Amino acid sequence: MRPIRGRLLLTIASFGAVLATTLLVAPTVGSTHVSLARAFDRTIPFADNIDAQIFFIARMPRVVAAAVVGAALAAAGVVFQALLRNPLATPDTLGVSSGAALGAMLAITFHFDVTIGGLPAVPLASFVGSVCALGVVYALAAARQHGLSTTVLLLAGVTMTGFLSSLIMFTQYLADFADTFRTVRWLMGMLDIGGYAPIVAVLPMLALAGALLATLPRALDLISLGSGAAAARGVNVVRAERAAMVGASLATGAAVSIAGPVSFIGLVVPHIVRKLVGSDHRLVLPGSVLFGAAFLILCDLAARTVFAPVEIPVGIITALVGGPFFLWLLVRASR
Amino acid sequence: MLRAVDVSFSYRDATKRTANGQTPVLDRVSLAVNRGDLVGILGPNGSGKTTLLRLLGGTLRPHAGSIRLDARPMADWSRRDIARRVAVVPQETHAPFDFTVLDIVLMGRFPYLGAFALEGPEDLAIARRALEATGTAAFEERAFSTLSGGERQRVVIASALAQSPQLLLLDEPTASLDIGHQIEVQRLLARLNTDSGMTMVLSTHDLNLAAALCRRLVLLRGGRVLAAGPTEEVLTSNAVRALYDVDAAVERHTRSGRLTVVPLGRI
Repeated sequence: MRPIRGRLLLTIASFGAVLATTLLVAPTVGSTHVSLARAFDRTIPFADNIDAQIFFIARMPRVVAAAVVGAALAAAGVVFQALLRNPLATPDTLGVSSGAALGAMLAITFHFDVTIGGLPAVPLASFVGSVCALGVVYALAAARQHGLSTTVLLLAGVTMTGFLSSLIMFTQYLADFADTFRTVRWLMGMLDIGGYAPIVAVLPMLALAGALLATLPRALDLISLGSGAAAARGVNVVRAERAAMVGASLATGAAVSIAGPVSFIGLVVPHIVRKLVGSDHRLVLPGSVLFGAAFLILCDLAARTVFAPVEIPVGIITALVGGPFFLWLLVRASR
Repeated sequence: MLRAVDVSFSYRDATKRTANGQTPVLDRVSLAVNRGDLVGILGPNGSGKTTLLRLLGGTLRPHAGSIRLDARPMADWSRRDIARRVAVVPQETHAPFDFTVLDIVLMGRFPYLGAFALEGPEDLAIARRALEATGTAAFEERAFSTLSGGERQRVVIASALAQSPQLLLLDEPTASLDIGHQIEVQRLLARLNTDSGMTMVLSTHDLNLAAALCRRLVLLRGGRVLAAGPTEEVLTSNAVRALYDVDAAVERHTRSGRLTVVPLGRI
């Protein structure tokens, strides 16, 4: 086996190349084709360069949003799977996405007007929602020494999602018509954000999540074998689990506040990445961040183009891809 | 090297991470482990064996009494520094992901690496030596989850050895293994102790394993030490009766020359 250093570089380089390609190609595809050469042609003034305007102003924000949301949800998926010792744990199967969605819904519907440290209310509420939902799931897992069995995990997730969905519906019921229209679209998972502002708004959250998760991959390897074993190998388990939970909740909250609860990214992406690079979290986490970004860009590309000129919410595409994939994993795991 | 004096512990107000909701209590347990020792902890289910091992490994803190590692109180050591000296082999290890055998063994290097450091050639060499020592080098590329119980246990021991510890704590290392794998693990532990001078403390339900392997025994019941001392002196039919309420014949086996325990009936 090659040493870890080489495998890490290879992982980052290859998934990075995939991401760079999708980032450049996706904005060229659409109702009008954009020439990459013209879009990056510095000799034409920006005001006269239609290709560059479509590329950077009309389409790029959406592509960047897809990248950010995909990366954040994939990272959260990796972390949840290690913490709960189950490869089927994801923000959506656990109901954490629903928690984030409920938080954001409440903030939108009741026009919360708080900002903390420059962070707007919606992403904040979304973060609080995901922390609360994760707290419930984690308390369940902590009560059982060997992590959550798939059965308990899925039941807990279904129950959480059902419970939170009814609260979301109740919130919608109380909302006025204009807000309802907005939130219904958003709940389907939409990346049509119209500018960079929503991404910039959650950058501090994402930066904090990145900082918290960056030191964790090796601890996650050990925690996935059991918290007692991890402690015996020198991991400060309480601190690592806390950092992982807060980091993953921040990532989920940020992603959901931008795009709504886009499902199955946290399941499909880490699974594919593990098949390619192995299970070492020092490879799986960066690989999933990069590939998650590329994957959601591609899903959104499909959402924009398959039924053109009609655009469908990207959440429908990811669910159509992820649902069967999840069932296939479940059938395989139960053999 | 490790000395526990009058250690008491209860799960009542700690996080309830016990196997089956019981609250095992240790009551003023004392134990000294010297360099090169091979100590066995015997006792019925719920007698506090696992809890005692966790306390000795520093992953639990005693409510009363003191535990000293190399004459320094356990509480003064960092997790990382303990892990460089004491390694733990849990009863069972489940890997939820497809880690390879080498992946698992390299995780033993954790206490030697900084937050962003990756294993270098030296770490790899130590891991390979641990694989050799446990006879698992042949399947370093295989997925851990595809191994048999005995192979898995040897790999986990290799992972513990990769920590370069001076003391190995093993929780029922041969439970759930068939007799072929039991004897493999038993030989491995005996060799590590005699050849490399590895100090070990292990808990077990297998009295014959304890008789064959351990130099000293600690008999634990209801969280208290019933007896402690050299195996030959401690392992008697009276001791078995007091420990398990079982009538047993403890005799020297003619071919192996070891003490053997044959349970005859429940009292």
